[in-house]
Amino acid sequence: MASEKLYGALAEFDTTASLFSACEQIRDAGFKKWDSHTPFPVHNLDKAMGLPASILPWLVFVMGLTGAGAGLLLQWWTSAVNYPLVISGKPLFSWQAFVPICFELMVLFCALGAVFGMFHLNRLPQLYHSLFRSERFARVTDDKFFISIEAVDPKFDKLDTVELLKKVGATHVELVEE
Amino acid sequence: MADHSDAVTRDAQIQWDDPVDRRVPLTLGIKSFNELTEIVCRPVEWQTPKHWWRVFLFALTGLGILVASTAYLFWEGVGVWGLNNPVSWGWAITNFVFWVGIGHAGTLISAILFLFRQKWRTSINRFAEAMTIFAVMCALLFPTIHVGRVWAIYYTLPIPNQMGMWPQFRSPLLWDVFAVSIYGTVSILFWYVGLIPDLATVRDRAKTRIRKIVYGIFALGWRGSTRHWLHYERAYLLLAALATPLVLSVHSVVSFDFATSQLPGWHTTIFPPYFVAGAIYSGFGMVITLMVIARKLFGLERVMTMRHFDNMAKITLLTGSIVGYAYSVEFFTAWYSANPYESFAFVNRALGPYAWAYWIMVTCNVVVPQVFWLKKARQSLVVLFIVSIFVNIGMWFERFVIVVTLHRDFLPSSWDYYSPTIFDVAAFVGSFGLFFTMFCLFVRFLPMVAISEVKAVLPQANPHAAHGEVSEGGH
Repeated sequence: MASEKLYGALAEFDTTASLFSACEQIRDAGFKKWDSHTPFPVHNLDKAMGLPASILPWLVFVMGLTGAGAGLLLQWWTSAVNYPLVISGKPLFSWQAFVPICFELMVLFCALGAVFGMFHLNRLPQLYHSLFRSERFARVTDDKFFISIEAVDPKFDKLDTVELLKKVGATHVELVEE
Repeated sequence: MADHSDAVTRDAQIQWDDPVDRRVPLTLGIKSFNELTEIVCRPVEWQTPKHWWRVFLFALTGLGILVASTAYLFWEGVGVWGLNNPVSWGWAITNFVFWVGIGHAGTLISAILFLFRQKWRTSINRFAEAMTIFAVMCALLFPTIHVGRVWAIYYTLPIPNQMGMWPQFRSPLLWDVFAVSIYGTVSILFWYVGLIPDLATVRDRAKTRIRKIVYGIFALGWRGSTRHWLHYERAYLLLAALATPLVLSVHSVVSFDFATSQLPGWHTTIFPPYFVAGAIYSGFGMVITLMVIARKLFGLERVMTMRHFDNMAKITLLTGSIVGYAYSVEFFTAWYSANPYESFAFVNRALGPYAWAYWIMVTCNVVVPQVFWLKKARQSLVVLFIVSIFVNIGMWFERFVIVVTLHRDFLPSSWDYYSPTIFDVAAFVGSFGLFFTMFCLFVRFLPMVAISEVKAVLPQANPHAAHGEVSEGGH
């Protein structure tokens, strides 16, 4: 199979401080296809990596408008068009009474948008990943910190990249196959 | 175990009296990230202890009572309950409001305190959110089985049908269907998103293949990537920002069920804020009850510290006082309105046939929690536990008092006294069975504490702490 193919280099760090400065140096070295891995979100590490802000809020905003709009449309169409029924002499389209459900549907659509939008942006679920081949990587969800640089990055070089990762403070560097 | 707890208590005492900070740290004596992982994962990974089985079987018995009594209810109809002509809501709606209220503390801890950057919430939010979800499940049960013809419950949803009929969107009862079911859905989403990194932790520690596969599937292949955390944290923040107005709206809508009717004692504008405060109050009562037990059984004293209980007791005191204020304002408004029906409803509450329920409510909700003004009381697990039981009882009675306001309506000829039957009691007891069954499964199979969130607030999580100064893009 493709066991010959290299996924990239994986470097291990012991503390958030050493990972943080390493990320800044990898970013400054001009790598693009790389990532860092932590057991918990490290404050501002995304900035140290030079990542752009998440576009998720925009997606959720659009979903919110859709939810509120769909709620209003649903209630208007069912109450005033499809089955007009006069209750207590109130107007057929009494929008004030429709506000709670519009609000609830807006929240529902936003929440679904936030969760599934996040899954989409993160390409999750992805049950297999090359990094899971590394035994040391299992501690990424416990107490270790990692930087992975993919072999497809144009600046990647089997020897130089490993050397660089050691230089920026990695306690252990290994090559991971795909 | 006892020595360990004593050490924890001593530890807390020493740090509490720290003259500089005057604050107990968020966790006690947790020196490394791994130590926290071990503490939290232990109940998920150990061999199922005997006491778990005992509690679980007890809870299952309750669930059995629920299933049996509900089956009989479906077979025979709601006539098996003690409902009568003036009191047509009875225990079922009391239980509904009781359970949905309990859920609110979980959302307050997970969402509102998150927006307020209350870092202490991280130790208890997973636990409280689980309580929310199970409480909402119990809550949804009661209106569902109360409708009588339960096989027609889908009428409450806007599903196109052969009759061309639609739900009545102007009815608060329908708002309730949307509000509570969406609340349940959003709570589950929020909870699951928070669980993903911790499920990955359990996956990576798994010793057996089956655990690796099952936890692996639910962890979605999480690998702690910063590119993922970026979107993840944003999603979490958005969910918190959405859950905050949602939770306020849910109990407001529940209160509309009462407030929009034209009955004296129900038709008041104070209901939404009063219900929301009561909901948070009752929920904190339940969180304290459950947490006192769980932290002892599962050895979480160093994660769920006395500081957490102290804070929760203060919130209980605050919301309990708001509830007490609402009780008195109701009386004032009844008198000030100069409406004889309104005045009668309230005098009847305090002095009528249900005065016993009213005074149980006032004692449990207004009088008892006042002990939390004393720091000694907030620091004593025994006092916390006893008061929290009083809060649970008192808040159930609050809803009961509100519902049985129905027993004396405008026409004295239709006045009646409502008493529950054995089937009312069975449904209520059974709902606790459902709740505790779910809770037992939760504490056995899922990490009870949000591991990744607590790690993020440990001092060593700060990448700049070692440097002593903040570099570019710092805090």
